[in-house]
Amino acid sequence: MSEEIENSGKKEKKGFFSRLAAGLAKTRHSISSGLSSIFSAFSQIDDDFYEELEETLIMADIGVNATMEIMDNLREKVKENHIKNPEECKQLLIDSICEQMSVPEDAYEFENKPSVVMVIGVNGVGKTTSIGKLAGQLKNSGKRVIVAAADTFRAGAIDQLATWTERAGVELISQSEGSDPAAVVFDAVNAAKSRKADVLLCDTAGRLHNKKNLMEELRKINKIVDREYPDAYRETLVVLDGTTGQNALAQAKQFGEVADITGIIITKLDGTAKGGIAVAISKELSIPVKYIGVGEHIDDLQKFDPRSFTEALFAGEEDNQK
Amino acid sequence: MAFEGLSAKLQNVFKNLRGKGRLSESDVKAAMKEVKMALLEADVSFKVVKSFINDVTERAVGQDVLNSLTPGQMVIKIVNEELTKLMGDETVEIELKSGNEPTIIMMCGLQGAGKTTMAAKLAGKFKSKGRKPLLVACDIYRPAAIEQLRINAEKVGVDFFQMGTGHAPVDIVKAALNHAKAENENVVIIDTAGRLHIDEEMMQELITIKEEIKVDHTLLTVDSMTGQDAVNVAEAFNSKLEITGVILTKLDGDTRGGAALSIKFVTGKPILYIGTGEKMGDVEQFYPDRMASRILGMGDILTLIDKAEAQYNEEKSKELEKKIRKAEFDFNDYLEQIENMRNMGGLSQIMEMLPGMGMGNVNLNDFDADQGEKGLKMVESIIHSMTAKERANPDLLNPSRKNRIAKGAGVDIADVNRMVKQFYESRKMMKQMSGMFSGKKKGKFKLPFGFGG
Repeated sequence: MSEEIENSGKKEKKGFFSRLAAGLAKTRHSISSGLSSIFSAFSQIDDDFYEELEETLIMADIGVNATMEIMDNLREKVKENHIKNPEECKQLLIDSICEQMSVPEDAYEFENKPSVVMVIGVNGVGKTTSIGKLAGQLKNSGKRVIVAAADTFRAGAIDQLATWTERAGVELISQSEGSDPAAVVFDAVNAAKSRKADVLLCDTAGRLHNKKNLMEELRKINKIVDREYPDAYRETLVVLDGTTGQNALAQAKQFGEVADITGIIITKLDGTAKGGIAVAISKELSIPVKYIGVGEHIDDLQKFDPRSFTEALFAGEEDNQK
Repeated sequence: MAFEGLSAKLQNVFKNLRGKGRLSESDVKAAMKEVKMALLEADVSFKVVKSFINDVTERAVGQDVLNSLTPGQMVIKIVNEELTKLMGDETVEIELKSGNEPTIIMMCGLQGAGKTTMAAKLAGKFKSKGRKPLLVACDIYRPAAIEQLRINAEKVGVDFFQMGTGHAPVDIVKAALNHAKAENENVVIIDTAGRLHIDEEMMQELITIKEEIKVDHTLLTVDSMTGQDAVNVAEAFNSKLEITGVILTKLDGDTRGGAALSIKFVTGKPILYIGTGEKMGDVEQFYPDRMASRILGMGDILTLIDKAEAQYNEEKSKELEKKIRKAEFDFNDYLEQIENMRNMGGLSQIMEMLPGMGMGNVNLNDFDADQGEKGLKMVESIIHSMTAKERANPDLLNPSRKNRIAKGAGVDIADVNRMVKQFYESRKMMKQMSGMFSGKKKGKFKLPFGFGG
């Protein structure tokens, strides 16, 4: 396994964009094969063209509401600018989606300040794996990282995280399975303070957002960090499974009620899922997507770049040669 | 978009239709537009929605609207029926071989779908049916996956087999079968690593197992929150591995679960079980009709009725129903209802199953179950402080009796008054409900709700 990490370290040198492009190849292929055929099959912009476009967006999990808004916006702009050409229309669409998904300038500020990063989300989205990757990346960039194993519920979760932290060579604060997650976080916060860690990453148990007690537990954990480490820069990342449909919106909304969400990680974008939910969330909740997961390697957790993401998403086959 | 939303929209579409009595093509088309939106919001695959809408439109046009229904309800009735038909007409049980011949079950699915947890849950389920299951750990990739299965195997009290991460899964399975034979174990459940359906190498691993071992059931585990991609996943797993059934997980969330319909549509394979919680016992049979209602956003009222029915013996409920009809329902019955309700899994579980609750817009966070439980306890203590006569005849209660009861229960007289008022209100509501549901084919609605507190 350690070989794998070294390998992935080498691969990193290939450059961010080529890796992103590789990871998104299938994503791009499916969405753009749809779009390309639309754009080439239509010689003019008419109702049928719009309808096809609408369908493609919905099939990418962008959701009915966000799609309608995007389409209304597009129609308006097309009218305003007297656009007649479907190709130009495509560029407009890319721009408008890209605009919605912009990442604020201070999105990764937590890397530069003593910070506590809480990672939350429903079951099976990839929280532990994302933390493992993030821990490795931060460590590689010379940061002192501590990881808290606050998922004390799922069988094997602590061991899973331990494997990751061992690989990354960072310290893990954990207790036994079934212990109080708040106590683990308490310990970890104190360890982070006394050892002057740059970043404390907290793994939490997966919880469905409609389980009141579990959501309250999260609130409690947050309070402990607030109280014990008020100077820490706070980052709370919700992890969403890229294959999830409209429910991801409900997840983001309801996690937002118990925690001050600062960003989103969208995982599993290396499958055929189109990740359109990212667009819907940016649009409806104004929470920026900060990372995407596009594979199993440690560097397959990538900072989210709306421009290359959107362009990669919409690029026709000929554009890939660039 | 809860049922109320769809229903209201359909009422709007049909508001000019009152009295026409027959669904015209343009009416149906307008209604179907709303149904289409509802299905898409529920994550049913676009392709599936399109084909479904065409079929239903065809069937609905020209239909007479039943006397008792509004046109909107008539459309929902047709849509629901067609949806149920699509979901599969009946509940399918997994077939286990008789005697000591082992039935081999292989789990498969994407990462994070819930395979490992579900494998253990199924083992527990089979064990409770008198089988002797063996759990086999073949996820040699995800850190601690083996450990997770081992702990869960222990929790459900079944045997567990592993060979670490250094062997090919097919070899682990072979060794496990020998182990099962030696131990007389007759259900072998193979947990496999999560994999992408487009990862040829990883898919080949499962194909190899199927080629070398006679797997009886290949079960695809799918996260019920999956979006449009569900069709691609299901199609790929099915074409490569010929799955025999599907398991939907995380249905205790508030997802509408449209993926269920998409998967059934593209594979034709039955959905066997659903995962409904974190505990090892949280696995249930799949009921197509209930899933149809859920996708449409009609709540899982049938599950609720079913759960309620299981708690009552038939005679008692008939008696109760009569009482409700005649509004003879008294405090003794009320008390009994509270107990029954607890047995059904507590307030919050029941609330979640009601239409509109726990779905989309309505937020269960707004309903404080603990507070509800406290309220129930108070109601109980008040009733316990009544005399037998008072319990059997609520109308007896006068201020001085109420005062005595309040003292006995250690509460304020205002609490007693409130509780009595609520009792009458819920009695009234129950009477209405029993009338409302009595025409339905699924049996009568027998669950009175006295959400005291």
